Amino acid sequence: MQNDLNILVVEADQTKAHEILEALKDGGWQNATVIASASALERILQQHDPDIILIDLANPDRDTLEHLCFVSNARKRPVAMFVDQTDEAMTQTAISAGLSAYVVNGLQKDRIKPVLETAIARFNVITKMQSELEAAKQALADRKTIDRAKGLLISARNISEDEAYSLLRKTAMDQGRKVIDVATALVTASELLQ
Amino acid sequence: MKMTPIHCGYLPLVDCAPLIIAQELRFAAEEGLDLQLMKQPSWSALRDRLAFGQIDFAHMLSPMPIAMSLGLGGVATRVDALMVLSVNGTVIGISADLERQMQQTGWTNSFDAPQATSRALFEASSRPLRIGVPFPFSMHRMLLETWLSQAPGYAQERIEIVTVPPPQMADAMREGALDMFCVGEPWGTVAVQHSGASLILPGSSIWACAPEKVLGVRHDWAAENSQTCQAMIRALSKATHWLDQPQNTPLATSILARSQHLDLPDHAIDPALTHQITTKLGQPPRQTDRFLRFYQSAANFPWLSQASWIADVLSDWHALENDQARKIARACFRSDLYRAALAPIGVDLPKTSEKVEGALKAPTLTSSTMGQMILGPDEFFNGAVFDFSASDMPKN
Repeated sequence: MQNDLNILVVEADQTKAHEILEALKDGGWQNATVIASASALERILQQHDPDIILIDLANPDRDTLEHLCFVSNARKRPVAMFVDQTDEAMTQTAISAGLSAYVVNGLQKDRIKPVLETAIARFNVITKMQSELEAAKQALADRKTIDRAKGLLISARNISEDEAYSLLRKTAMDQGRKVIDVATALVTASELLQ
Repeated sequence: MKMTPIHCGYLPLVDCAPLIIAQELRFAAEEGLDLQLMKQPSWSALRDRLAFGQIDFAHMLSPMPIAMSLGLGGVATRVDALMVLSVNGTVIGISADLERQMQQTGWTNSFDAPQATSRALFEASSRPLRIGVPFPFSMHRMLLETWLSQAPGYAQERIEIVTVPPPQMADAMREGALDMFCVGEPWGTVAVQHSGASLILPGSSIWACAPEKVLGVRHDWAAENSQTCQAMIRALSKATHWLDQPQNTPLATSILARSQHLDLPDHAIDPALTHQITTKLGQPPRQTDRFLRFYQSAANFPWLSQASWIADVLSDWHALENDQARKIARACFRSDLYRAALAPIGVDLPKTSEKVEGALKAPTLTSSTMGQMILGPDEFFNGAVFDFSASDMPKN
């Protein structure tokens, strides 16, 4: 019953696109396609004739999609609507998750809802994963900077690695700054002096 | 003083200047507002966030509040325009290929001849012109259609208007995906610099006083937060007044260039504020009168007649009942709140909230609340005149 729905996902990030497709497949929707950008949108919309279009709220291509849905091809294909006629609370949840969806006229509410719920859930997971990934990348970058600062102290003052770190930490505490800020300042200053 | 935090969405275009100036020069703070500016990735995203209360105010394309109130596109929500933030400031440009073809018809680019230019466009091109605009509900699209539909040789299928996000406009021109565009600064200048495009007209040559951006707010929110709305109108009125003083232009350019909100270099901001527009790479800039304007000639006043004009275009596009559409549109343009905010602080205001759009060919002295003020010009390229009070319209 569900798997005859034609779903189009507009997403440039391949990993993210893959995640959403997987989630939809797990939910029983086999008929989902991904496109990366709006340049191919017009042609795809006509060929594919999707029932639902899912797109990141922050995707700048949304304005192009709106134009195609509401204006350009009104005579050639059914007019799509932004999902608010289904369920306001649901749309609010979708927008908070960073998801926007367009539904082609005539599709019943009870068929849209499970697709949106699945996509929203996956969007939330992706957002969390992305912020975790960012945090991990940042931590790694910070550690590299702190290691370089320690190295500078070790060679300049002829002290041990532990002493170098203690010195960085003490300086940070005394100045009410973070260890990474002191380390960055030291690395920048030494680069300037070379 | 206890500051009221307010969140205002905007798109990083030169015409969001009043918001940045209101924040940086503390016009907002003087009104007790802690103005937080929130950059948006697209007009659709800005619209959705306003509709769902994630932002309180928004820098919007002038047709957007009316389209939203009419339930066109996206979430149907009653949205009001508290004031006009800027008039004019858009440019129309063409690809190098199209320019060559037009020149073969004997046309030369004077940057101020809409009728000769549209004639040459249709003579030069045998296939449909593909034209980029920033959003379906934009003054850009309204001006383009108003202008081109009057040209000899025009037929609906000879133009195809598509939406392209402004930062992608220059690339789309270079790749040949577009023949032509209408866009706000800095993106016209960017297209000239990076894709060999030529600017053929300023938007103001089609309508000399076209409301470009407005300050949008949810109707229900405005009713509950009338004092905050009025404070915001006062702050932005002061910011626009400051921006329109020629001696402030260099400082304004510096403030905007170093603002993290805009993230544009000086040379991208300068043409819009100095009205010195370079229409083709290697040519000297042209002084363009009536370009982006923030305050002069009651530029900020949300005229009910402007709302009617927009309503008529939207009714035509979407086959709406015209009288009803006008009524809804006029209720969006809150000249009542605008007056309530500014009359007590001695800002001179027009006597009426309605004018005959297109009637003023030159700056004209008209009666105001404090005596007399200069309005206009507001003429259309073809001399069209829109007197909405003549029809059987309910006044509000």
